[in-house]
Amino acid sequence: MGTAEILFFVLAGLTLLSGLLTVTSKNPIHSILYLIITFFSISGHYILLNAQFLAVVNIIVYAGAIMVLFLFVVMLMNLNKGDKSFSKSFVLLAGGITAALFFALTVGIFLKSDVYEANQTLLASGDIGLTEKLGSVLYRDYVVPFELASILFMAAMIGAVLLSKKTDDLHIKD
Amino acid sequence: MIPISYYLFLALGLFSIGMIGVMTRRNIIIILMCVELMLNSVNLLLVAFSKMHHAKNIGTEAGIDGQMLVLFIMVVAAAEVAIGLSIMILFYRKLHNVDVKSLNRLKH
Amino acid sequence: MEKYIWFIPLLPLLGFFINGLGRNTLSKSLISLIGSGVVFISFLLSVLVFLNVPSGEGAQPLIFHAFDIIKIKSIQVPFSFQIDALTSLFLLIITGIGFLIHVYSSAYMHEEGEGFGKFFAYLNLFIFFMLLLVMGSNFFIMFIGWEGVGLCSFLLIGFWFKNRDYVGAAKKAFIMNRIGDVGFLLAMFWIYKEFGTLQYTEVFASLSTSQITPFALGGITLLLFLAATGKSAQIPLFTWLPDAMAGPTPVSALIHAATMVTAGIFMITRCNELFELAPYTKNIIAWIGILTSLLTATIAMRQNDIKKVLAYSTVSQLGLMFAALGMGAYVAAVFHVMTHAFFKALLFLGAGSVIHGMHHEQDMTKMGGLKKYMPTTHITMLIGCIAIAGIPPLSGFFSKDEMLLSMFLGNKAIYAIGFIVSALTSFYMFRLYFMTFAGDLRDEHQRPHESPKAMTIPLIILAVLSIVGGWVGIPKLFMENAHRLNQFLSGVVKPGEEHSIAHSTEYMLMAALLAAVAVAIFMAKKLYTGKVDAESTGIAKILENKWYVDEIYQAAIVSPIISLGTVFKKYVEKSGIMQIVSGTGNLSYYLAKNIKTVQTGNIGIYILLMLIGIVAGIGIFFFGML
Repeated sequence: MGTAEILFFVLAGLTLLSGLLTVTSKNPIHSILYLIITFFSISGHYILLNAQFLAVVNIIVYAGAIMVLFLFVVMLMNLNKGDKSFSKSFVLLAGGITAALFFALTVGIFLKSDVYEANQTLLASGDIGLTEKLGSVLYRDYVVPFELASILFMAAMIGAVLLSKKTDDLHIKD
Repeated sequence: MIPISYYLFLALGLFSIGMIGVMTRRNIIIILMCVELMLNSVNLLLVAFSKMHHAKNIGTEAGIDGQMLVLFIMVVAAAEVAIGLSIMILFYRKLHNVDVKSLNRLKH
Repeated sequence: MEKYIWFIPLLPLLGFFINGLGRNTLSKSLISLIGSGVVFISFLLSVLVFLNVPSGEGAQPLIFHAFDIIKIKSIQVPFSFQIDALTSLFLLIITGIGFLIHVYSSAYMHEEGEGFGKFFAYLNLFIFFMLLLVMGSNFFIMFIGWEGVGLCSFLLIGFWFKNRDYVGAAKKAFIMNRIGDVGFLLAMFWIYKEFGTLQYTEVFASLSTSQITPFALGGITLLLFLAATGKSAQIPLFTWLPDAMAGPTPVSALIHAATMVTAGIFMITRCNELFELAPYTKNIIAWIGILTSLLTATIAMRQNDIKKVLAYSTVSQLGLMFAALGMGAYVAAVFHVMTHAFFKALLFLGAGSVIHGMHHEQDMTKMGGLKKYMPTTHITMLIGCIAIAGIPPLSGFFSKDEMLLSMFLGNKAIYAIGFIVSALTSFYMFRLYFMTFAGDLRDEHQRPHESPKAMTIPLIILAVLSIVGGWVGIPKLFMENAHRLNQFLSGVVKPGEEHSIAHSTEYMLMAALLAAVAVAIFMAKKLYTGKVDAESTGIAKILENKWYVDEIYQAAIVSPIISLGTVFKKYVEKSGIMQIVSGTGNLSYYLAKNIKTVQTGNIGIYILLMLIGIVAGIGIFFFGML
């Protein structure tokens, strides 16, 4: 077992553990923090796969911007710790069974397909993840989606600003 | 050289965990976060597959589409979170709690 | 003859349409003119037919073909007329007496307002169907006529439809007729199955060569006889005819005396070759006929309504005719049909005249001494009573005597009953005569008057016919080769073997009968001149209540069927079928109400359900494919 495998398993364990903790912790702040750890470990995976650009972008965008946003919103609402954070146990059971079924199904699909039989191996190094390569492909083949993405961002920005404006004639009805 | 199946199990496991979170948690913010978790697991898998394709034909730019897609997924996820959170804020202003059970105006 | 044969039925049909459509717009005199006029023209054409028809021994019937009424690959039924001696005779009776009755109705129904046109339309329609019945060349056309006269009988009996009892009587007549019609239909099917055709000529021609079993012959003839019992009011389907007196008197005269009720006899005579091969059925016909005759004669002795007496008398005479048919004396039966048509129509029209003169009073206990007030009616009705009693040389004597002779030669027991019936006939007919015309008027408030000419002239004509009508059938006893009717019909009815009976025996039988008749008339005169019956007790009560036959039918047949229907309504319809139908609706409502609760509005649950759906979809999709 080379270093790559060991690294892989460590990172995989970390990812799964922090993902689980995200879902199951009662305090929302804790959840956010665990999610940040998850993002970091996924970035670690990316580096292992030599997708350098994506690793960095993952940290900047997700862990840096999105999670901070979440954190601010959670802190803005004074969430009581005493609230029930999980649904009824029946729903819990149903959800658990569904997720397990889903896992089993997709694994089954994968196992029966020829992707598994070919048993492709994976490069832990290669040069497609490099910024240079990605940049040239982006601006060569994927220009239109790129421009559309910028329009999407503009729409999102306008939407976010508009939606969170304070309106004066709000009835607060419970 | 790691077999692709490892990454597949990892990504699927992460996805299922995220799914459980979406189905069972009552706080809307947490639900949104679990959706982000699911998106990330998909990103991971995509990158793994792109490397798989690259491993089959080294030297060309064989698997780069996977990583491009991941980039755009991140773009969309960011936009979505922004809008989603502003809607959550509107909800909070109206209802003063973020329990998903209080979003029952669609009752028959 | 082909040129004018079609007009005979079509002209009354035309009269039906004109009078029916114009019943509110045409004037009364025009309506009666059209109504009677078309029948008169048909009568003239029937006379032409009579003069030209092939008759006598070995005559072949004339067939006139119009079109094929049923033309499917396996069945072909043509619409054609068969004209032979029997048909022409009935044509004369139907159109002749029909015409006289139309003339009579124009005066009798004069008080009707808007019903006048309707009445003549229905009468014309009846004549049309009756003509179709006698002129058809196959069972199918006869059946059309058969059903049609049943329909017209219903329409005419219930003519004054605002009275519930009359409508009930009409329904009863129609329903009993229909029961008989089932027999006719089944016989038609069976005949078609056995012979492959419905045409008379073809059926009878193949009788000698076909391999038809006696069982089939017996079955067919019995079913045909069942139809005849319905139409000609024999046991067990006779109770409709007395109730049918609810209709206007001209209707009773035409339909229930002269024409419709004789359809059964016509049919049996037409099929005489079939019946000759079924001796068992003939026996049944004879016994049912004579028993009906006896039963209704006894009932007629205690009835007080003038029309009811005549109704029961009709059934009794029909019974005698059937008894004669059962003995194989087809010509005698047809002879009696003819003479009976004359004097029964006369009696009914006379009764109508009496009722009209007594301002619609029908109870004989309120009449009496009418001979001063209504001389013409009196004389004509007396002639009718003498004719029906069978006193020579009026027509009834010849025909009745011939029938009784055939019964004597066939079955002495039936003859004995027939003898008694003839005596009873004269008794109750003269009881009617004496109660109505002799003595003094019992009801002092009445001012009877004679009827108008339009009513009395048909009476006179019918009276003359009642006198001379019998002279076409003078038996060999009196004069050789004078039985013209026998010769006339010998093409249709094969003459039987010569009966060997001594002349002295015949004279003795005639004398015995005449003696009995004389005694009966004398007793009637004694008991009923100026007097009426006392309150009935014992046997008289049973007779007056018609042997409780109606009540027996009601309890044994009608009530169980109605309760069966009620059971079906309550348990099958309401609890069964309704529940299934409304249950489906209720079920969908119930299901919807319960499934509705899935929509809690709780978004968390929605997300859960959505994911469950997705997982299930993936599972089914992929694992179905694998």
